Amino acid sequence: MTTLHLKFRSNFPLDTESITPDQFKDKPVSEIARLPALLGNQAGALGDFFTIMDDSSPVITLEGDLGRVKHIGAGMTEGKIVIHGNAGMHLGAGMRGGEITVHGDTGDWAGAEMTGGKIHITGNAGHGLGGAYRGSRHGMNRGLILVEGNAGNETGALMRRGLIVVLGNVADFAGAFMLAGTILVFGKLGARTGAGMKYGTIVTFHQPELLATFHYDCVYRPGFLSLLFKSLRSQGLPVEAGWAAGSFRRYSGDFNTLGKGEVLVYAQDER
Amino acid sequence: MGLIINGVEIEDTFAEAFKMWGTRVIITAKNRKWALQAAVTMTGFATSVIGCKCEAGIESELADTPDGRPGVSVLLFTPSRDDLSKRLIERIGQCVMTCPTTACFNGLKSNEQLKIGGQLRYFGDGYQGSKLIGGRRFWRIPVMEGEFLIEDKFGIQSSVGGGNFLILGNDLDATLEASERAVEAMKKVSGAIMPFPGGIVRSGSKVKSRYKFLIASTNDAYCPTLRGAVDSALAEGENSVLEIVIDGLDEESVVKSTRAGIRAACIPGIRRITAGNYGGNLGQFKIHLHQALREGPAL
Repeated sequence: MTTLHLKFRSNFPLDTESITPDQFKDKPVSEIARLPALLGNQAGALGDFFTIMDDSSPVITLEGDLGRVKHIGAGMTEGKIVIHGNAGMHLGAGMRGGEITVHGDTGDWAGAEMTGGKIHITGNAGHGLGGAYRGSRHGMNRGLILVEGNAGNETGALMRRGLIVVLGNVADFAGAFMLAGTILVFGKLGARTGAGMKYGTIVTFHQPELLATFHYDCVYRPGFLSLLFKSLRSQGLPVEAGWAAGSFRRYSGDFNTLGKGEVLVYAQDER
Repeated sequence: MGLIINGVEIEDTFAEAFKMWGTRVIITAKNRKWALQAAVTMTGFATSVIGCKCEAGIESELADTPDGRPGVSVLLFTPSRDDLSKRLIERIGQCVMTCPTTACFNGLKSNEQLKIGGQLRYFGDGYQGSKLIGGRRFWRIPVMEGEFLIEDKFGIQSSVGGGNFLILGNDLDATLEASERAVEAMKKVSGAIMPFPGGIVRSGSKVKSRYKFLIASTNDAYCPTLRGAVDSALAEGENSVLEIVIDGLDEESVVKSTRAGIRAACIPGIRRITAGNYGGNLGQFKIHLHQALREGPAL
C-alpha cells in the first residue's frame, strides 16, 4: 500500500489518528499526504511530517523513530501496519480488526480498549497495555496482543475479553480489575497481580507474590491451555510441548470482589 | 442388466434412505482407552431412532485433535433438529462429561449450529467459565476430577439415514464373515457410520405389525425360518441374512460406504446382496446398488 518515512523527530508529540488502512484505502499518495495530523497543538497534514511513497504493497509501512508518534492504527478495522522502529502512545487503541506489527518498543496504552485484531510488538510495551482508559468500564474486549519483551503497569487492566501474551516480565497490577479474557506471561509478574479481578485468567510460569485475597485451590491440568498453547505455537511462539501436558497451581481471586478470577502458575509435574 | 461380483449377484434395487439431522462430535481424553470409552458409552443404545431416539456410532480414531490428545470422532443422527439438540445434551452430559479426563469438541463446520456446551455449562452451578480461542468458545465446567472442557456450539447438517444392504448367504458363518468384512471396509469411509452392534443387524424390520401397539416387526420376508410359511423374498439355499444400515452426513458418504461394504462382502458362501426399501414412497433418498457400485473405481 504505502510507506511513510518520518522526516524529523520532534520533542512534541505527533498525533496521527489518520494512519490506518481504513483511512488510506483507495486514496492516492497526494490525498493521503493531506490527511490531518497534529504536532503539539499545531494542525498539519501527514505530508508535512512524512515522506510518503506508494509501493503497491497492501501494507502500510512506517519507518523512523516514531516514539513520539501517537495513535498509529487507532480504531482501524482491517489491513496491516508494519512499523520499523519504536511507536508512540495509543498504538492500535480501540482497533477493531487488522494487524499491527512493531519492530521496536511502544509507548503506553498500546491496544487500549481494542475490540479485535492483532498487535505484535517485538520490543517492550509501556503501561496500560490492552487496558482501560481512566473512567472506562472495559479494557481490551477481544483481539490478541503479543509482546516479545516486557510490559508495564496495569497490563490488561479491566480487560473484558481477548488474549495478551508477554514473553518477558510484566510490571505491577497486571490484570487489575479484570473482567474476563486471558493474560499469559512467560516472565515474572510484578506486585498486586490481579488486584480486584472478578473473572478472567492470568497464566504465568513463575510464582508471583499474590495478594492475601487470592486463595490456593489445587494443582491440575487445565484443558483449555492445550488449545491456547496449540494456537500460540501455530503463530510461531516458543511454546514448549510439555506445557500443554503440565500441571498448574490454581489460585482463585480476587475475593475482595467476586473471586471468580484465577491465576494459574506452571507447576511442571508437581502434584 | 445383472451385476455379479465374485460370483455374488447384486440385485438391481435400491436402499430407501431418509432425511435426518447429523453432527460430528470429537472426544479427546488422556489416552486412547478413555477416549474410546467415552465414545462407546455415548454411542451405546443408539442403533435405531425407532427405539433409541437417535442413531450414533464411532466414525474413526483421530491422530490430530483440537487439544493434541488421543481422540475419537462420533457421528450422531436424529429425525429432527430439535431432537439433535436434546440427544447431544443428554449423551454428552451423561456419557462424555462423566467419563474421566475427556474433553468434547465440535467436529463439523457448518453455518447451522446448536448450542450444546453453552447449555451444559449450567452444570457448573455458576462456577463455569468460558474461553474464546481462535474464534471458538469453550466452556470450562468444574468437576470433581478437575475440569470438563466442551465447545460452545456444534455444527449440524441435513444428513441421510437408513442406507442399507442385505447380505444373503449359504449359512450364518459365511454371512457373518462377509458382514464383518463389509463393516471393516466401511469404517474407512469418512462421514458415515453403521449404528447397529458391530455395524450389523440380524433383526431387520418391516413397518407395522399385526399388533396395534407395535410400529415395526420382524422382516418376515427375509427370515429363513419362515420361507415356507410367508411370501418370502428368499430363494432356496439362502439360509441366513444380515443387514448393514448406514447413516451419513451426506448422500455421497452413504453411497461410498455402500460401495465399499458390498464389494468387501462378495466372498464365497454369499449368494446375493439386495437392499431394503418401501417402494420408494417414504424416503427422500434412493441409493441404487448398481449405480453406487458403478460410480466408484473399477471393480
